[in-house]
Formats: sequence, C-alpha cells, structure tokens
Amino acid sequence: MIEARALTKDYGDKRAVDGLSFDVRPGVVTGFLGPNGSGKSTTMRLILGLDRPTSGHVTVNGKPYREHRAPLREVGALLEARSTHTGRSARNHLRALAQTHGISNTRVEELIELVGLNDVQKQRAGKFSLGMGQRLGIATALLGDPSTVMLDEPVNGLDPEGIQWIRTMLRRLASEGRTVFVSSHLMSEMALTADHLIVIGRGRLIADTSVADFVARASKDIVRVRTPTPEKLAAAVERLGATVGHTDDGYLEVSGLKVEAVGEAAAAASVVLHELAPHQASLEEAFMDITRGELEFGHAETAEAAA
Amino acid sequence: MTAATLSRATVGDGGVTQARVVRSEWTKLWSVRATRWSLLVATVLTIGFPILASSIISSHWGSRSPHDRLHFNPLDPALIGSQIAQLAIGVLGVLVISSEYSTGMIRATLTAVPKRLPVLWAKAGVFAVVTFALMLPSVLIAFFSSQSILSRHHASYSWSHPGVARAVIGAALYLVVIAVLTVGIGTIVRNTAGGIAAFAAIFFVLPPLMDVLPTSWNNAISQYLPSNAGRSVIALTHSAHNLRPWPGFAVFVAYAVAALVAAAIVLRTRDA
Repeated sequence: MIEARALTKDYGDKRAVDGLSFDVRPGVVTGFLGPNGSGKSTTMRLILGLDRPTSGHVTVNGKPYREHRAPLREVGALLEARSTHTGRSARNHLRALAQTHGISNTRVEELIELVGLNDVQKQRAGKFSLGMGQRLGIATALLGDPSTVMLDEPVNGLDPEGIQWIRTMLRRLASEGRTVFVSSHLMSEMALTADHLIVIGRGRLIADTSVADFVARASKDIVRVRTPTPEKLAAAVERLGATVGHTDDGYLEVSGLKVEAVGEAAAAASVVLHELAPHQASLEEAFMDITRGELEFGHAETAEAAA
Repeated sequence: MTAATLSRATVGDGGVTQARVVRSEWTKLWSVRATRWSLLVATVLTIGFPILASSIISSHWGSRSPHDRLHFNPLDPALIGSQIAQLAIGVLGVLVISSEYSTGMIRATLTAVPKRLPVLWAKAGVFAVVTFALMLPSVLIAFFSSQSILSRHHASYSWSHPGVARAVIGAALYLVVIAVLTVGIGTIVRNTAGGIAAFAAIFFVLPPLMDVLPTSWNNAISQYLPSNAGRSVIALTHSAHNLRPWPGFAVFVAYAVAALVAAAIVLRTRDA
C-alpha cells in the first residue's frame, strides 16, 4: 500500500511533482502513466526517500519508507536510471545488497536462477546489455520478497523478448498477491499489464481510475465526414447536439453522434457525402487527448509567468 | 518455481543493522577490481620503496660526505613508501563513495539503507580497518628490512630508539586517518575527479603555497595544515614551528572527524 498526500517536489524553480495524492492498493497491478518528463520517476524517488518532498508526504505500508526497519522487505524497486556499480559482478551486487538485511546467499542464487542470469552472474554488470541489466534490476527488487514491487519504465529500450519477459514477470508477481506499481509513458503497454491507472501530466494528477474506465472515457466516438458543403452539414449535426471539428486535410470530425445518426442528418438536410466513417481513437490518441488539455494549460501558465 | 514459493525459507526476516551494513560494505570493497589493485599497489610500494631506497643508500655509503653521514636519518628511507602509499589510499578513499555516485550504485545503496548514515560509518570504518590491517605490517616490514640493510654501516635505528616505535606505528595511523578523511571528502564532493582534486589540493598544493606568506605567518599557520599536523607523528625530530607528535596527530584526527561530520550532514539532507 502506497499513500501519497499533496506530494510536491521542486527542483530549483521547476516544479516536478505538483500536489499529487493517490493510493496504490495491494492485489492489483497499478499503472503509473504519463508523458516523459511528467514526474513519474521523481514520484518514485520520493516514495523511496531518495529525494525529500518540498511539501506533502508519502507512506509505504503506513510509514515513510526510511522509517522501516527492513525497507527491502516492504518495497522492491527497479529505477529507470541504472543503479549498479559497473565494476562489480551481478552476484556480488546482489550479495552486498542482501547482506544489509541479513538475506542469505542461497536466496541470491535462487534469484539469479529465477531471472535467468546464471551464465553471466560472474561478469561485471558494466558489460551487461539493457535486457540483462533489467533482469538484474528485477532480481534486486525481489531480494527481500517485498509485498510491493515498484518498477520505473521496465520495458523501455528492451527487445520484444525482453518486453515479453517483463510482462510475464509482472503478471506472475501480481498473481502472487503483491502490489505492483509500474510506470510507463505508453498507454498501450499499460492496457496490457495494468488493472488500475494513475495518470499524471506535468506533475499533476489527471486520472485515478480503472483501465477500462479510462479507455471508455478517452475513446469517445468520432465520425469523419467529407462533403462539398461542410457548413451545411455542420449546422445540421450541431442542431442535434454534436460538436464539429475541421481537420487539416479537409474532413469534418463529428463527435457526440453515432455514425448512423450523422448519415441520417445528412440525408435529412440533403447534404452530399463523399465519405462517412466511424473512427475509434486508439489508446495512444486517447491518452494524448486527455493529457493534452493538461499540457496546454501548463504551457499557458508558463507563458503568463514569462510575460 | 515462483518468486514466492522459492523465497520463504531463504529470505529470512531481519532488518537493517549497522553490523549488516558493515558486512555489505566489506563485500563491496573487495568485489571491485580497482580496490584490490590499489591496495596491492599501496602495500607493494610501502614495503618495496624502503628496501630499494636503503639498498641504494647502502651501496653508495662510501661516497657520502661525513656531514651527510652525520645528518642521515635512517627513518627517512624506512617510511618513504608510506608517503607514496598515501596517494593510493587517498584516491581509493574518495572512490569508495564517489564511484557509487558516478555509476548510480548509490541509489541501490540508499534504497537498501534509507537512514543513510550507517552506510557512511560502514564505509569509513571498513576502509580504515583494512588500511590499518594492511599498512601496519607493511611499515613494520619496511622498517625492519631497511634497517637491517643499513645496519652494516651502523646507520640504522633499533626499534627501542626513542621515538622510533611511535613514528613507525604513526605512519600506519597517518594512513588510517587519510582513509577516513578522504571517505568524508568523497561523500561531500560526490564526484571522483573533484574529490581527488580536493584531496591533492589539501595535501600536495596547499603546503608549498604557504611559502608565499611572510615567514612569521607561514610558521604560525603551516603546522596546523592537515598534512603537516599529521606528519608530525611520523617525524623523529621537531622544529620550533612543528606541533609535537601526538598534539599534531590529534589536530589531524580533528580534521578527519570534521570531514566525516560534514559528510554525515550533507548525506542526510541532500537528495540522492
């Protein structure tokens, strides 16, 4: 269980995290979604006590992370930035971290086996590929058999095999009853792995909802229409409560009406149609739509401040 | 096999203790190749240089002037190696922590030990003990082998000569304090190049710079510089402008303690 309350972090005069409040509940995979630079990694650093919040607070299983007697047994974390000494072997890296909590070398051997690093465990971590580095990071996160696992952009830069491996691992961890908190800037990745979503943009909370709700809310139906008399059609559908947008390539985008209703409205108004097609927004587009408002609001604010 | 089924028996249930962090830092110290090499080099230099130097002095003894023979200090060649070893120890002291910042390891370290200070105590303590354990035998071997080489010219000191035992053991203690001081510097600076530059500036640049000061100022100030205060415990004779051996060493220790306290404060308060 992770509880953030009005969590805020400034770096100099730049606000990276802005009044975030959310709960990450046990038993489900919670996705942490936001564009690059939206504050996901900073939030995770605040959860782990690596950075101190400017204001607000965050607790893990009821206590600030640094007050836990055995923090690695509460939260296992894979950060996006590399967190290994390049000159140390994978096995010694895990052993050194395990020793801080009195975790046995047997456990280290088991984890090396689990993530499939047997053949390279004596190699220096600096020689590892991105995929091997992620496997070592997962092994590190699981050292203390934590009830909460937190992973920052775990599939970033991985090849398809590595991505598949991470997804399988996430599902396995969740099926074992752990709280899994995983960040990504890719909506499609979240739709595949997460049950619940916390969406942020420019450090602010945009949505805290189930994946299904977020997708439903985001993917509103749009009907794309091409006609020689766009003004006539726009007037006809707007009378029925739809909103109309114009695309750069000469289409009308009607939202708020089903494709059948648009066709009937055109017939009733005797408008000639050259093209009429329903358009379901992709998850990426939906995510972009929802975050865009937040981003533009942010930009406007910055512009005002600069003026 | 799942992560859960394999774990219950082997994962244990203990928390973070200072002793466990010490074990962890011990593992870290020895599992990096650069450390093993630096410590090997420091040991070889501490023993090898005195043997080399005293052999050269011995073979050219006949060509020395009576004045040179009279003023020859047999301890000089015996402890010359430890003067060179201080470079290896100082650089390694900085690296013990700065390499964690440069590689990102510090994030894993501070995630495992979020109270942070046990890490600093363990790093300084482990490195100080390792330095003492390697350097004390090294300076003893260096002393006895160099004196036996020089003894054929009756130009050697015995262990019981006044001040000799203090100076020889003092050379090892001096290196231990350098170890602690540079771990402190590395923690404050968090950067390998910057940390080594700060160490070199304090020990090798600052002392000669004092010569530009008026003599009276230089005499008053120089003895309190870390390097000069520390070396007073290694010196056999002391001028009027040098601190006595143990007061000088106490000043040197105070510098190391101050560096460690400053390091503790910034480590606690800064974002990692």
